[in-house]
Amino acid sequence: MSAYDATARAEAALRRSLITPEGVDLNLRIGDAGQRIGAFVIDWMLQILCIVLFYWAVNWTLAGLGEKGSEHIKIIGLLGLFFLRNAWFIGFELSPRAATIGKRVMGLRVAARDGGRLTAEAVITRNVMREIEFAAPINFMLVAAFSGGADALLMLFMAIWTGIFLFFPLFNKDRLRAGDLIAGTWVVRTPKRTLLPDLSDNQAHGQFAFTDAQLAAYGIKELHVLEQVLRTRDRKTMQAVAQRIRRKIEWIADSLESDDQFLQAYYAGLRARLEQRMLFGHRRKDKFDKA
Amino acid sequence: MAALQLKSAKFRQEREHDWSRLSGLLEKVETRGARSLTDEQLLAIPVLYRSALSSLSVARATSLDQSLIDYLEGLCARAYFLVYGTRPWLGQRLGQYFTSGWSRSVKAIWKETLASALITAFSILLGYVLVSQNPDLYFSFVSPDMAQGRDPTASYKALYDAIYGGDTKELGTFAAFLFQHNAEVCMFSFALGFAFCVPTAMLLIYNGASLGAMTAVFAAKGLGWGFAGWIMIHGVTEFFAIILAGAAGFKIGLAVAFPGDRTRLDAAAEAGRACGGVMAGVVLMLVMAGILEGFGRQLITSDVIRYSIGIGSGLLWLAYFYLPRRERGVADVRL
Repeated sequence: MSAYDATARAEAALRRSLITPEGVDLNLRIGDAGQRIGAFVIDWMLQILCIVLFYWAVNWTLAGLGEKGSEHIKIIGLLGLFFLRNAWFIGFELSPRAATIGKRVMGLRVAARDGGRLTAEAVITRNVMREIEFAAPINFMLVAAFSGGADALLMLFMAIWTGIFLFFPLFNKDRLRAGDLIAGTWVVRTPKRTLLPDLSDNQAHGQFAFTDAQLAAYGIKELHVLEQVLRTRDRKTMQAVAQRIRRKIEWIADSLESDDQFLQAYYAGLRARLEQRMLFGHRRKDKFDKA
Repeated sequence: MAALQLKSAKFRQEREHDWSRLSGLLEKVETRGARSLTDEQLLAIPVLYRSALSSLSVARATSLDQSLIDYLEGLCARAYFLVYGTRPWLGQRLGQYFTSGWSRSVKAIWKETLASALITAFSILLGYVLVSQNPDLYFSFVSPDMAQGRDPTASYKALYDAIYGGDTKELGTFAAFLFQHNAEVCMFSFALGFAFCVPTAMLLIYNGASLGAMTAVFAAKGLGWGFAGWIMIHGVTEFFAIILAGAAGFKIGLAVAFPGDRTRLDAAAEAGRACGGVMAGVVLMLVMAGILEGFGRQLITSDVIRYSIGIGSGLLWLAYFYLPRRERGVADVRL
């Protein structure tokens, strides 16, 4: 089960403790690099789409008005672009969800690192930094590339500059962007989860009567793996797992019993035993734990 | 088979209803805002949140259902951010910002502002002296975009028309362009401050020197005072904004360089948050400068009115930021 261990360790590395005033640890999970990149790419695409639509609308109005009033439209275009680029992040992150559309899709939100409330100052600071991290150098490079007057050395410098800031979150354990660093914020995951059915609530246990010795074969880690197997419901895996458990606990299979039923019943039995022992203070970590 | 039901499953069954109610309320607030809730629902949220938290503690101690614990952790985190993260209504916060928050945040960085203003003044002088001595240096300070033909080779008539002429063509566009340029300068001098203030100081010097250089061009033709009045209408507000942005950058740079007994990270975060309010104000000031420029610069041609607008706006800003005022009630409501 080394694959399971590796994912569990990676998961644990992303967990941060946040103790609420009531004294409960929320065990927050920070957004990992993939989610952050995903969110950013979505936001960027949407922004480009908005800018294109906005320009199209402005141009259309400009053409409709002829020469008269065209200057006002040009001004609106210039200012609108500026506000769209900057207000996108600030506006969305000031809303109760504290997340842009991209972050919402990825189940992320911005939070203050000290656990307090996220102030508007922090949101503004964090997004003004975005301007030097990404927007300005990219703009510069695009303009330089299209106008043709690009100084190769300067372009290289700009590319390195953006590269440093873009990959900055990968080189610290909290995945902080330079803007997060200055603003005292971080990006955490608060996805909407549905409450999955309780696997122990199952009517089919009656026909399975496991002895205490049979139920003592495994610990909590194995129980959680079994839970995953039952929720994923992959036929082949279930078959393999069922066979392995049967062999280990020397269970003689009834010709009528299915792997699914057997696993469900064993899960319920194992959980009942482990939970009961937990109430008496024995928390059995895994099958090697002798407690 | 009720006898076989686990204690943890029974526990879950009894509380499931409250959890889903909390989840539904959170969903409603997140999509439609807190105003979509009735008073009763609004009051129920903290109670439901606390009961969900206690459920989480109990579940961690007694249940081995991983998905249940994951669900409760997610639910509690969402509710936590709502219960402890909500801020007063936006209008109220804005009111607070304009009556006290803005001036307080500006007042808090007065030392940096002074340094930033001195650097700007010095670099204006520098640009003026250098270009007066050697007009060839002009284009090292002013880009052709910004100069718009106002350079040392321009004739007296062209320069005179530039400041007293009523030619408003394209002026609005130029004002919008300038606004964007200035906003970028401000953001850069703030954001680059963390590199120990050096880039911020360089930007301030460059910005001041370009003004000095332009003044030198006009002064050489005997139009120095006219130019000063012409640029003052919006320039006072604009330069004040840039000076404040520079000061905010210095504040961060100083916090990174000399964090005191905190870690560098904490010091930077504290300084950064203190300056967020200043930066929001800077953008507002630039918008006002842009409006003043778009309308006032070419329509008002009298030197007296120009000077009085320029000096008046400077005095207004100074009074607004630095005059002591009575703090009412809650002193530390943040934006």
